[in-house]
Amino acid sequence: MSDLTKLTLKAAVDGLKNKDFSSREITQAFLDRIETVNKDLNAYIVVTGEKALGMADQSDARIAKGEGGRLEGAPLGIKDLFCTQGIKSTACSAILGDFAPPYESTVTQNLWDQGAVMLGKLNMDEFAMGSSNETSHYGPVVNPWKRNDGANTKLTPGGSSGGSATAVASDMCLAATASDTGGSIRQPAAFTGMVGIKPTYGRASRYGMIAFASSLDQAGPIAKTVEDAALMTEIMCSADDKDSTSLHIPVPNWTKDVGAGVKGMKIGVPREYRVDGMPAEIEKLWEQGVAWLKEAGAEIVDVSLPHTKYALPAYYIVAPAEASSNLARYDGMRYGDRHTSGDLIETYETTRADGFGTEVQRRLMIGAYVLSAGYYDAYYLQAQKVRKRIAMDFDEVFSTCDALLTPTCPSAAFGFGEKAGNPVEMYLNDIFTVTANLAGLPAISVPAALDTQGLPLGLQVIGKALDEASCFKVGGVLEKAAAFSHKPTL
Amino acid sequence: MSDRKPYILSGATGDWEVVMGLEVHAQISSKSKLFSGASTSFGADPNCNVSLVDAAMPGMLPVINKYCVEQAVRTGLGLNAQINLFSRFDRKNYFYPDLPQGYQISQFQYPIVGEGEIEVEMEDGSTFIVGIERLHMEQDAGKSIHDLDPNATFVDLNRSGVALMEIVSKPHIRSPKEAAAYVRKLRSIVVALGTCDGEMAQGSLRADVNVSICKPGAYEKFLETGDFGVLGTRCEIKNVNSFRFIEQAAEYEARRQIEVVEDGGVIDQQTRLFDSETGVTRSMRSKEDAHDYRYFPDPDLLPLILQPEWVENIKANLPELPDQKKARFASEYGLKPYDAGVLAAEADKAAYFEEVAKGRDAKLAANWVTQELFGYLNKFDLDLADSPVSAKQLGGLIDLISDGTISGKIAKDVFAKMIEEEGIAPADVVERDGLKQVTDTGAIEKVVDDIMSANPDQVEQVKAQAAEGHKKPKAMGWFVGQVMKASGGKANPQAVNEILKSKLGI
Repeated sequence: MSDLTKLTLKAAVDGLKNKDFSSREITQAFLDRIETVNKDLNAYIVVTGEKALGMADQSDARIAKGEGGRLEGAPLGIKDLFCTQGIKSTACSAILGDFAPPYESTVTQNLWDQGAVMLGKLNMDEFAMGSSNETSHYGPVVNPWKRNDGANTKLTPGGSSGGSATAVASDMCLAATASDTGGSIRQPAAFTGMVGIKPTYGRASRYGMIAFASSLDQAGPIAKTVEDAALMTEIMCSADDKDSTSLHIPVPNWTKDVGAGVKGMKIGVPREYRVDGMPAEIEKLWEQGVAWLKEAGAEIVDVSLPHTKYALPAYYIVAPAEASSNLARYDGMRYGDRHTSGDLIETYETTRADGFGTEVQRRLMIGAYVLSAGYYDAYYLQAQKVRKRIAMDFDEVFSTCDALLTPTCPSAAFGFGEKAGNPVEMYLNDIFTVTANLAGLPAISVPAALDTQGLPLGLQVIGKALDEASCFKVGGVLEKAAAFSHKPTL
Repeated sequence: MSDRKPYILSGATGDWEVVMGLEVHAQISSKSKLFSGASTSFGADPNCNVSLVDAAMPGMLPVINKYCVEQAVRTGLGLNAQINLFSRFDRKNYFYPDLPQGYQISQFQYPIVGEGEIEVEMEDGSTFIVGIERLHMEQDAGKSIHDLDPNATFVDLNRSGVALMEIVSKPHIRSPKEAAAYVRKLRSIVVALGTCDGEMAQGSLRADVNVSICKPGAYEKFLETGDFGVLGTRCEIKNVNSFRFIEQAAEYEARRQIEVVEDGGVIDQQTRLFDSETGVTRSMRSKEDAHDYRYFPDPDLLPLILQPEWVENIKANLPELPDQKKARFASEYGLKPYDAGVLAAEADKAAYFEEVAKGRDAKLAANWVTQELFGYLNKFDLDLADSPVSAKQLGGLIDLISDGTISGKIAKDVFAKMIEEEGIAPADVVERDGLKQVTDTGAIEKVVDDIMSANPDQVEQVKAQAAEGHKKPKAMGWFVGQVMKASGGKANPQAVNEILKSKLGI
């Protein structure tokens, strides 16, 4: 029954509930699939086969008794950023060595509480710093999609949740957890033809999620459909006393919003997102998206977010600043790898020089610099002001419309090494996605078309704070209109 | 600021004055830490009071302990200080093995408590005012133990994350004695509030002492202008943990600075350590080596917003503070300010005194408590809790004085017996040892007559002195002494005086 791996999460959960197949069967099917394709794609860095089958058997027992949660028996992949009890959790950094935490992140616990089955840990950019998965200590993840030029160039799946995106896109799990600090869910989702949503900041607990930039990090899913994404998001999100920035409000029923349509909704199209040098086919796709929403009964309004151009620089100050402090705990003293050398200072230096990759070191240095005496006001403080302005821009715009439609990325997936030499060009990939993080807003990416190279492109819907519902409504309409059914050939 | 005497240190080139400001770290009396649920119990085995948050495990997040916030607010109110309804936690970034996060969570820019002031009493009864700059909450670090192994340092994280209040004074302290008195006063306030146990030996209360020197007149100019430039460069002595050490360290440091300056040197802004063995301070790091702490708002924590009603409620339920108690002791019992201050400074002493004074002559009670009892306790370095004489017993002794059963002098002997024979009732001592005062005038008269007839020369001398107009002839004292001696000290001194006067015709 190898086609079990091609099911959507919703279809699989229904099939399990109806006992059309057992959790052990579908779990084994995924383990077989991983066995077959992971060595080429490198999405999983840890496969927890035994644990998965054990969880599956427990699920089958519960299903047999007519019990079970909302994801009972459904096999999922977990981004390595989430701490999973007793299982290696390293954010794909060498500095954490073989660290296996004695605790479970709230997000993953929520999934297990609903009966989900863990297949393993998914590759990512080291500490989520990257847009191509090339910074992982465990090597890059390969995008299952190829250009149609016959050259067979290996492409990146985007990042930092590249392992999550590739695993879902290549049927190595039903859905995956991911995290988004500047676009790390939405960009890889777009690059692999998947759906990804970053909820409102504070919806999903950060407890047990290895921190990159605390004020920007937010967990969310990568899934095959908007409905699957809604289901995953509902379960991943929760109010959590262990995270002081967690929102203490109930999680709505978002799955019902997916098919609700957009009739009467006002959708804003921000003119500042029409950036110089944007490929014509991205522009065309955006217009297509507008047309689809119009047809579905939405009103389209032209809006302005004047501070957009400052978002990327502000992001690349705030995120490294927080990271430089968040990653100070990786000093080799209590866990992970220690490289002893000379005195204490030398041991710190060697441990961190050996343990962190180049991109992480670059960001830690940027972060330390922008917070240092004499530069704080010019960089960090200024960036915080910009951040406030950007949030105000959104507030203003959302008084005239319900959600915004933009492209997810300025390009389709690129090849390995194509941008790795130039960090700034790499950072430009986040240009449409960082604003939602800076303002804490929910944003979804939905696959909408293939470009002329045969690669998927995504459209992004940004909602008001706490209005994931609109993201799912608009996303559902786009998904239906685009009828994106292309699959990568493996 | 009554009778505040300038403290002058004379150097080779002239007189110098001292200016000091203190940063006192007071551990909040809380069962759990500032941002985690781990226990704060003292003396636990190393690394046993450590939560995942305290060890800075990946993905762990701080959650503020509301009880600690309440104690900081209570302390702020006790310092007559502004309570800031908006405050914020910042990260102070530096690397050290006993700082697991690689940063200390503190309140840098927006502390929970702003400016306040307290009045401090000196032993000579003079008082002075110290302005409080701010009070903020922060995490303590762990402990590095360097002497267990020649090649390794051991780290104990039990203190890591324990809640501290840092109380920063203005540079209003002008002598080493004042510095100790200021910390004594702070301690009495936090102990009365119950916000810190004040155990200095355990490190619950410790001071960073900032010392600078200046020429007479400079400080007054500073007060006028607020310009720190007119004062000397300061050095900070870290983590001094007893009143005596505070005084010693400040004194040494001031003299060291005078010596440096008078030898033509300049004072480097330094952080120094006090060695209590040698009584010397030595440099730990200079300003050039100072860390750039890269403070920024902790993104894991939201700003702390207090509701005014919550603060008002805390204010309405504060216990009586040492100053209020002192004022009450002065007005209710008619005590002198200094005695009132001594008795009010610590809750247990105040309670003891009030039990002794209840329904009795309060001034007499205050004298007995401060002079005899505290004198005895201080001499043997005992706490009030170890006192061999209970408040009830001491009250009984005072009753015996007041009703004329014994004289004040005999009472001291009885008190000594009460210490010797712990728990014995004063009346039993008097009864057993036959110490009851003799008030029978007939018996006293007989003794007086005997002495007068045996010493005619002395009688003549007294009469002669009286005739010359002396109201209190010197030889009179000799007679009193003889009578008291003959009666074994039991004769009522007033009666002895009256009888002597009439017999000698004074």
